[in-house]
Amino acid sequence: MSQTRKQLLIDPLVDNNPITLQVLGICSALAVTSSLNVAFVMSLAVIAVTAFSSFFISMLRNYIPSSIRIIVQMVIIASLVILVDQIIKAYAYEISKTLSVFVGLIITNCIVMGRAEAFAMKNTPIDSFVDGVGNGLGYGLLLMCVGFFRELFGAGSLFGIMILNPVNNGGWYVPNGLLLLPPSAFFIIGLLIWGIRTWKKSQVEVREYKIQTLEVH
Amino acid sequence: MAFRNFFNSIEPHFEKGGKYEKYYPVYEMVESIFYTSSAVTKVAPHARSFVDMKRIMTYVVISTIPCVFWALYNTGLQTNMGLSNIASSDLEGWRIFILQAIGIGINPNNFFANIAHGFLYFMPIYLVTLLAGGLWEVLFATVRGHEVNEGFLVSSMLFALTLPASAPLWQVALGISFGVVIGKEVFGGTGKNFLNPALTGRAFLYFAYPANMSGDAIWTPVDGFSGATSLGISASEGFETLKNYGITWSDAFLGTIQGSLGETSTLACLIGLCFLLITKIANYRMIVGCLIGMIGFSSLLNFIGSDTNPMFSMPWYWHLVVGSYAFGLVFMVTEPVSASHTNLGRYIYGALIGFMVVMIRVLNPAFPEGMMLAILFGNIFAPLIDHFVVMANIKRRAKSSV
Repeated sequence: MSQTRKQLLIDPLVDNNPITLQVLGICSALAVTSSLNVAFVMSLAVIAVTAFSSFFISMLRNYIPSSIRIIVQMVIIASLVILVDQIIKAYAYEISKTLSVFVGLIITNCIVMGRAEAFAMKNTPIDSFVDGVGNGLGYGLLLMCVGFFRELFGAGSLFGIMILNPVNNGGWYVPNGLLLLPPSAFFIIGLLIWGIRTWKKSQVEVREYKIQTLEVH
Repeated sequence: MAFRNFFNSIEPHFEKGGKYEKYYPVYEMVESIFYTSSAVTKVAPHARSFVDMKRIMTYVVISTIPCVFWALYNTGLQTNMGLSNIASSDLEGWRIFILQAIGIGINPNNFFANIAHGFLYFMPIYLVTLLAGGLWEVLFATVRGHEVNEGFLVSSMLFALTLPASAPLWQVALGISFGVVIGKEVFGGTGKNFLNPALTGRAFLYFAYPANMSGDAIWTPVDGFSGATSLGISASEGFETLKNYGITWSDAFLGTIQGSLGETSTLACLIGLCFLLITKIANYRMIVGCLIGMIGFSSLLNFIGSDTNPMFSMPWYWHLVVGSYAFGLVFMVTEPVSASHTNLGRYIYGALIGFMVVMIRVLNPAFPEGMMLAILFGNIFAPLIDHFVVMANIKRRAKSSV
């Protein structure tokens, strides 16, 4: 094992973030980030599913025939997602209504499947669990960042607590309606990727083409 | 040539190794306003033309002058007419204070009073656009070490003309910032943007602050005054009822109607179009395509008819004069960077936009106006259209050479 467990946990936060570097799980990141409450519950759900699915798949990895491994992985992931869905419905019913299908769609979230295929099938259960938590955290961190901007500037609040008093409530802040629409998350994620790649130059991909300059001789 | 000598004397300071090396983009910007660039090609192919980007952009700005003039007049006219119902003791605001202090007043029958009042609405919006957008432009030019581009003057002028007169200035600044940064600079600056920057900024404001950018109360900046655009009336009650509001076809053509600052007058846009076509800045193919698409699809809808949707029966010559169709047709559709680059592609690109405008106006109940969205839609499809045109050409030539 070349990576220590600490690295497995920390790396996916920024250096190998599933959303900003691997550009996975974008769909739910657009859909559930309009308020922090929802984004937070979604993050927890994904962390739980990624961690436990990696854990169980890793435990079974030596018994899974290669030809049907995707089906086996899907069964495990789907069972966990249904479990998480039921728990959210039981303990956070209001939020589960806002999340609607997106908890169910964790099944199709590329991060979960990607970690199962790329990591859990080759590593020990504990390592896989830590790796799953790390990737779930990386996903959650980005969700919270996007949710922060969207809720603060789109609705003037954070976790439902009013920060900027909006105009229709007698305050001064004019909410930016675009930020409540899913496409705005595209812009925010794009700008975050820009920021992270300016900070961490190693994440910048090599260009596939060369731009000609006037000074070519 | 004392003027040239002045530039020659200060130029060394801005070149590599000079005192103000960092500010070369700013120097270059000022110098090239007066003189053509002395840069020449160094490797083949060599092409010579006096029409450089600066000239193109300057011509486009010149072509907007009729629209700007009409923006000043019509905004003043609508505002003064709106104010004429208000008792003179209730009048307030710095614009009215200035107008009364210099003795022009707010009489809607006085030509100069209208121009002056419109000027006081248009100028702050335009200056904020220039300042906020220019700041980003210079910032990106300095960081990336390329020259400040005149394309921005066009974008800012077009952006300002598409806004309603009552637009809050901070929203204006936010909108043009979004347009310049997200619509253009993130893709590498002028010439590399696949969306029209002015429209990107306008669309941002449209979705971010719908209360300030659409509806009936915003077109004339008078408190409590409500005046629907002719397109809004047509969408809710049918274009035949426009005459009940005192709007005839020639009113809409001339532009004495409610609407965004520079978009009301089809006539002013057409004057600009003539200038652009004569100087060959605008490509006529896109205009033709866009007209064909609009006329064809609206005629088809006239033919189909509908009992519930009054927009179905709106004839093409009304589509032409209401809303921002004419303005978009002349200044946005013809924008060369974000449009198709092949001649056949230009017809298709124009036709797609013309079709989409009518589609959104008539069949989409959410947005009464479709020109902005239709053009952005066309922008996105332009590279794809080019791709297929080029591929078809390759296929045809490969066949004939066998």
